[in-house]
Amino acid sequence: MGRTLAEKVWDDHVVRRAEGEPDLLFIDLHLLHEVTSPQAFDGLRLAGRTVRRTDLTIATEDHNTPTLDIDKPIADPVSKVQLETLRRNAAEFGVRIHSLGDVEQGVVHVVGPQLGLTQPGMTVVCGDSHTSTHGAFGALAFGIGTSQVEHVLATQTLPLAPFRTMAVTVEGELPEGVTAKDLILAVIAKIGTGGGQGYVLEYRGSAIRSLSMEARMTVCNMSIEAGARAGMIAPDETTFAYLQGRPHAPQGEDWDAAVAYWKTLGTDEDAVFDHEIFIDASELTPFVTWGTNPGQGAPLGSTVPDPASFADPQERQAAENALAYMGLEAGTPLREVKVDAVFVGSCTNGRIEDLRAAAAVVEGRRIADGVRMLVVPGSVRVALQAVEEGLDRVFTAAGAEWRHAGCSMCLGMNPDQLAPGERCASTSNRNFEGRQGKGGRTHLVSPQVAAATAVLGRLAAPSDLTADVAAVEA
Amino acid sequence: MEKFTTHTGRAVPLRRSNVDTDQIIPAHWLKKVTRSGFEDGLFEAWRKDESFILNRPERQGATVLVAGPEFGTGSSREHAVWALQNYGFHVVVSSRFADIFRGNSLKNGLLTVVLPQETVERLWALTESDPSAEITVDLEAREVRAGGVTATFELDDNVRWRLLNGLDDISITLRNEADIAAFEATRPAFKPRTLPVA
Ligand code: SF4
Repeated sequence: MGRTLAEKVWDDHVVRRAEGEPDLLFIDLHLLHEVTSPQAFDGLRLAGRTVRRTDLTIATEDHNTPTLDIDKPIADPVSKVQLETLRRNAAEFGVRIHSLGDVEQGVVHVVGPQLGLTQPGMTVVCGDSHTSTHGAFGALAFGIGTSQVEHVLATQTLPLAPFRTMAVTVEGELPEGVTAKDLILAVIAKIGTGGGQGYVLEYRGSAIRSLSMEARMTVCNMSIEAGARAGMIAPDETTFAYLQGRPHAPQGEDWDAAVAYWKTLGTDEDAVFDHEIFIDASELTPFVTWGTNPGQGAPLGSTVPDPASFADPQERQAAENALAYMGLEAGTPLREVKVDAVFVGSCTNGRIEDLRAAAAVVEGRRIADGVRMLVVPGSVRVALQAVEEGLDRVFTAAGAEWRHAGCSMCLGMNPDQLAPGERCASTSNRNFEGRQGKGGRTHLVSPQVAAATAVLGRLAAPSDLTADVAAVEA
Repeated sequence: MEKFTTHTGRAVPLRRSNVDTDQIIPAHWLKKVTRSGFEDGLFEAWRKDESFILNRPERQGATVLVAGPEFGTGSSREHAVWALQNYGFHVVVSSRFADIFRGNSLKNGLLTVVLPQETVERLWALTESDPSAEITVDLEAREVRAGGVTATFELDDNVRWRLLNGLDDISITLRNEADIAAFEATRPAFKPRTLPVA
């Protein structure tokens, strides 16, 4: 019988298989950041162990780094200690690190792919749940806990329980103005935040194949929000073209050998998935969340749902709680929901294409009075590219703040936070209570919707802007 | 992880039940970025009281904690185990442990021994009347011996094997080091490295 993409990558990494034991898998790339690594390094130190493969390990700083005044000392003492600890550990154990101020610094899941370190057919781990991002290259990539971080540092392997496979097939063409973010939000709303539990999702179909690498990363990034172990997309010419010429991509004969191997990875015709779901791309529209988990989303053109409309009592209760926290009334058109802040950035939508898309919407316009818009590139490289293209000036001319690279307002761990009760349209991946700051209210959106929302001060799509202009002209 | 075969040491009698992990190590210690250095946080609130048993001169250097029932309830923090070990304890004896705490302790090489409450009472009486009395915990024989007390205890065979051989999860994987090295030797040359090849 044929095998799926995920099964092929798994099989190619089995170091040891024994009856009654989990498979021991080799890890090709281990990404580190400051939050989940300190106790792992300390465990090594206490046991007198070393990092087995420093040449397969790389660290960057992102969660705690400020996005303003990066040349000044870090104000928060806990953040400061975590960053200093990572620097010390990297120096002591010989791990490559890109610290604040370095040209390769940025959000860990933006840095790996842009360096060309993430490649098809690899196993990639990081002490961070959004490691699923790297699955966009056809890698098996997943988040791990601190004790597993220590295990990988010491052995470059992990004992892993088997997974099940789910095909998420999206056929057809995405309508104008509908993005990868809308697609994945719609998938999560369809299968629920627990629907992917125990599965590796494989996104496939013509709509997926036509996505750019950056858009594929947005899709795979949020697999974890459906509860999945990982998300993957089979490598193809788009993948190869993205990788070619990147600093760590293979060269010469190695490149040819690599591409030949990568081409064998796609799911076989006769392979069987444990579960399958189908989505018609042509039916998708801009999608936003109204609640406090990523599964609580709806088309922008619809209204805040009535909790009574949920048949499942638990879902009904969750919707009631969410509306109370979000300060929303059932039946309100989503387009009438006013925001205080807009955040464009994160490992979901902080890459150059995302910034271009948002800039194209705000270009020549002003953001609404009273709205604060933060634009935070996912990495220093993304920032430099954006500056070269003049995107930073487009944003600042519109009244937005252009910041330094990092996780920023994706989570309330650094100085960029919402105030209690503040409402934000955010291109990040989690709308949990307090995620962007205590009491903050988050609506997950695409970069295009975020930008249009900033201009109108209420949830909106770019097409609403042209309508507005038309109305003024008429 | 160090091998645990037999341990002999003086004891601290802790006549309290339901000692939860917040009492073992308070939450504010969880901000630390290490696995060591938790010894000062161990039973922090109680140690402010000079007469607390751990503060008494005759208990300094003791390595066996003899506790009341329901030891280690509450949060799953592994820091509770690290704090006991950092302080110098090798063994905790109780008639009942909270499940997660017990799992964490055995994973980290802190031996948690379950004995009937009446045996615990006899150990308390012994060490209270003679603080210099030593308790021997023999993992090979699954036996506790002290003064006139001899008691056997149960422990899962696999857990016992791991403790006797000093094997944590990483050690167990490293027993298959030859498999890892063999796999590494077959990895294709085109796979990326983060560092320049020396
Ligand atoms: S950008 Fe957000 S989701 Fe991504 S790694 Fe940073 S904190 Fe996590």
